[in-house]
Amino acid sequence: MGHRIAVTINGQRYEAEVEPRLLLVHFIREVAGLTGTHIGCDTTSCGACTVILNGKPIKSCTMFAVQADGCEIRTVEGLAQNGELHPIQKAFWECHGLQCGYCTPGMLMAGVALLERNPNPTEEEVRRAISGNLCRCTGYQNIVKSILRAAEMMREGAGVASGSPVGSGSPAQ
Amino acid sequence: MSATLTESPHRVLGQPIKRKEDPRFLTGQGRYLDDIKLPNMAYMAIVRSPYAHARIVSINKEPALAVPGVLAVITGEDLEKLGLAWMPTLNGDQQMVLAVGKVLFQYQEVAAVIATSREAAYDGAAAVEVEYDPLPVVVDPFKALEPDAPILREDRKEKTNHIWRWESGDKAATDKAFAEAEVVIKEKIRFPRVHPAPLEPCGCIADYNRTKNHLTLYVTSQAPHAYRTVLAMVAKLPEHQIRVISPDVGGGFGNKVPVYPGYVVAVVGSMLTGRPVKWVETRTENLASTHFARDYHMTVEIAATREGQVKALRVHTVADHGAFDAQAVPSKWPAGLFNICTGSYTFEAAHVVVDAVYTNKAPGGVAHRCSFRVTEASYLIERAMDILAQELKMDPAELRRKNLIPADKFPWKSPTGWVYDSGNYHHTLDYALNLIGYKELRKEQAEKRARGELMGIGISFFTEIVGAGPSKHFDILGIKMFDSAEIRVHPTGKAIVRLGTRHQGQGHETTYAQIVAEELGLSPDDVLVEEGDTDTAPYGLGTYASRSTPTSGAAAAMCARRIREKARKIAAHLLECGEHDLEWVDGRFQVKGAPHQSVTMQQIAFAAYTNPPPGLEPGLEATFYYDPPNLTFPYGCYIAVVDIDKGTGEVKVRRFLAVDDCGTIINPMIVQGQVHGGLTEGFAIAFMQDIVFDENGNNLVTNFTEYMLPTAVETPRWETAHTVTPSPHHPLGAKGVGESPNVGSPAAFVNAVVDALSHLGVRHIDMPITREKVWRILRNAGIDE
Repeated sequence: MGHRIAVTINGQRYEAEVEPRLLLVHFIREVAGLTGTHIGCDTTSCGACTVILNGKPIKSCTMFAVQADGCEIRTVEGLAQNGELHPIQKAFWECHGLQCGYCTPGMLMAGVALLERNPNPTEEEVRRAISGNLCRCTGYQNIVKSILRAAEMMREGAGVASGSPVGSGSPAQ
Repeated sequence: MSATLTESPHRVLGQPIKRKEDPRFLTGQGRYLDDIKLPNMAYMAIVRSPYAHARIVSINKEPALAVPGVLAVITGEDLEKLGLAWMPTLNGDQQMVLAVGKVLFQYQEVAAVIATSREAAYDGAAAVEVEYDPLPVVVDPFKALEPDAPILREDRKEKTNHIWRWESGDKAATDKAFAEAEVVIKEKIRFPRVHPAPLEPCGCIADYNRTKNHLTLYVTSQAPHAYRTVLAMVAKLPEHQIRVISPDVGGGFGNKVPVYPGYVVAVVGSMLTGRPVKWVETRTENLASTHFARDYHMTVEIAATREGQVKALRVHTVADHGAFDAQAVPSKWPAGLFNICTGSYTFEAAHVVVDAVYTNKAPGGVAHRCSFRVTEASYLIERAMDILAQELKMDPAELRRKNLIPADKFPWKSPTGWVYDSGNYHHTLDYALNLIGYKELRKEQAEKRARGELMGIGISFFTEIVGAGPSKHFDILGIKMFDSAEIRVHPTGKAIVRLGTRHQGQGHETTYAQIVAEELGLSPDDVLVEEGDTDTAPYGLGTYASRSTPTSGAAAAMCARRIREKARKIAAHLLECGEHDLEWVDGRFQVKGAPHQSVTMQQIAFAAYTNPPPGLEPGLEATFYYDPPNLTFPYGCYIAVVDIDKGTGEVKVRRFLAVDDCGTIINPMIVQGQVHGGLTEGFAIAFMQDIVFDENGNNLVTNFTEYMLPTAVETPRWETAHTVTPSPHHPLGAKGVGESPNVGSPAAFVNAVVDALSHLGVRHIDMPITREKVWRILRNAGIDE
């Protein structure tokens, strides 16, 4: 019954025998144990499960794990490097781009995918790029602001230079 | 041991501090319910009714039990043997946990399958064979009240679909005012059935330990202590043997206040199988079976003078409660705080009647991003004021100005008995009108109308009522609606604060830290906020209805002040002076007239454990239960500007200004975020959301392709501003804000659309205002594309 597959997630290879009907999102959450990728609907509507597969943002609830055999996947857990937040994570923190945090990983991955193909997006382009990701808390305004701010930080290469360590309490810029 | 003086005064309150909770959410380290996996954990799936009203002829478990991995199948009959087939609701009714004898709404819980994997549980649920005998269905609440309507709730003594009638105000005085009125307006207004739809669905893990007779329930709950008490009452478990843990919650908006049947069945499942049982609902289950909000069919009348002075308000509402009266409201308030519907105006008399009705729909009536039924009330009065303005040919801003409660009349007693704490309404109105450029907009509108273009301006001046308690008015199942905080200051001057509320994105870990830091002279970095574990947090009623800052925020401040009183004694000991010689300045105690002689909270905390004054109990901690003396009354003026496409009927929200007055602001960044979110929800309700049923009671909107949520593309850009009128009775002057934007905004949107179409004779359009509705209005009015 099972199919043996190998998927690389955030640079680490995961091999497992899976049922053909296992969704990729369940593989990521339960086989790889990376629970930052969330599930919010049954109809590919909400985008909470968005990950980057072979460089493109996809909804991992709409793909079987077996279809991802041999693929490279990036999830929210792979954004920060060596304890240093990715510019988009810093920007979301600084601009209050999250509230309950449930849509956040999907928003971050959709945002990263946009900025990798378009480093200087307009507000309209940002809004379109995240239109497959639903948020119930923020009204999107600060999410859009966060992604535009991340673009600015990445263009300036300032993401590393002005990096704030994981901690809190300093006033927002 | 005097401290080095710091130059900058200690001021934490009012600062836009970045949120302390964010790093874990940004890195995928949040811990939501479905992220928790316990050893030997089983999974549960629920078999639901395809019919809205039917007798259950038989249930055959055998095919499900034959599915590999299935451990147990539980039906209503099984629960009956345990006395658990029904559970009490907060509103004095009872609700089936699993259907017994019949089903009363589509998607009702009929059986539960527990299995070793999620897939096996779903396979098992699909294999359960249920035979139904369909019964006549009642969808329309008005038809439910007709004499020949089928009686839905055969378990009740009363053979009627009428649940209760609730009245408020003075009928005689109101009738008299109407009899003498120069002008009367009347309109039928429906607030649609909507759903909070938090992005994280509801779920639980029930972990019952037979040896210890102990239950741990991990659950997506906005009110963990209330759950514990309800479970103790329903499942007959001793309350000290129940631990409810509400982990990170992915949005609630009221949906995670009620105790759902799935939780109770999961507990039974864990008892039966001896394993932890996880149940996480699907989105369809969330939309179709958990609590909806609103569904109020309202008739409103205003009596006024020809000059536009309002005199009296008369309201009759038919409230569709679905199959069980399970709405989440305080015990004495079956229609919540709906009688706040006299709003921001100087009505002399009011009479409000609400009739609640059973229909074959999912139960609910939750406070959805709204204090109990306040959104319905606010929408009603703000719509009605615009209808009156239209009738009198008055500018809606002028009509409001004429009738707003003057600042010198606070505290204001409304004709339905509420005492509004504070407000400077005229100031806020003028501020908002100036900020948006109201006069210029009206001029632009006139010019556009002359050219045949459609533009509208909508105003809503709402008054919220939040922060339940006080306990003399409010309880849930008899438990008074106070709230609590417990603070422990550790020897090194760092603190932990635990509270009875439970945030779902509101930023409590930051705002409460700011409150305690401000009161104790600490850095917010040095204050850890913890909520959601009933074994560690003091008893509280939870987070909903904008009550956290008014109740637990106050409790946190008062608790910190209690600590400060003890700290004063220790400071006096350290500085070798009398307690009354000390003053609290910039976050430390100093000797009056000798500011160089001072001690910080860190020094005091260390002494509390290492060198307490003789005779004083060591340690530095306190608990405070705060019973508010009154509710708080946040308010605001919202203005929407819309343009309508004559060809398609599409409404474009060009501008939206929200001026909120929520009293003292603790963290302006967080407050703004709350307002953005609430406005977006108000926008969704105004333009796209309604849970509709066909004549057979089939729910037609059971996923996000049918129940519309706005995306970043449709959502307008929000403009926000504030006036600050502190609450006189809250220790910090704060009033609460999370729900104001949802309470205040629907009327502003609808008023703007009606304003754009008023010259065509349009007086009211029921929400949701879809393109199709507007298109039909335009075509019927003979407007060319």
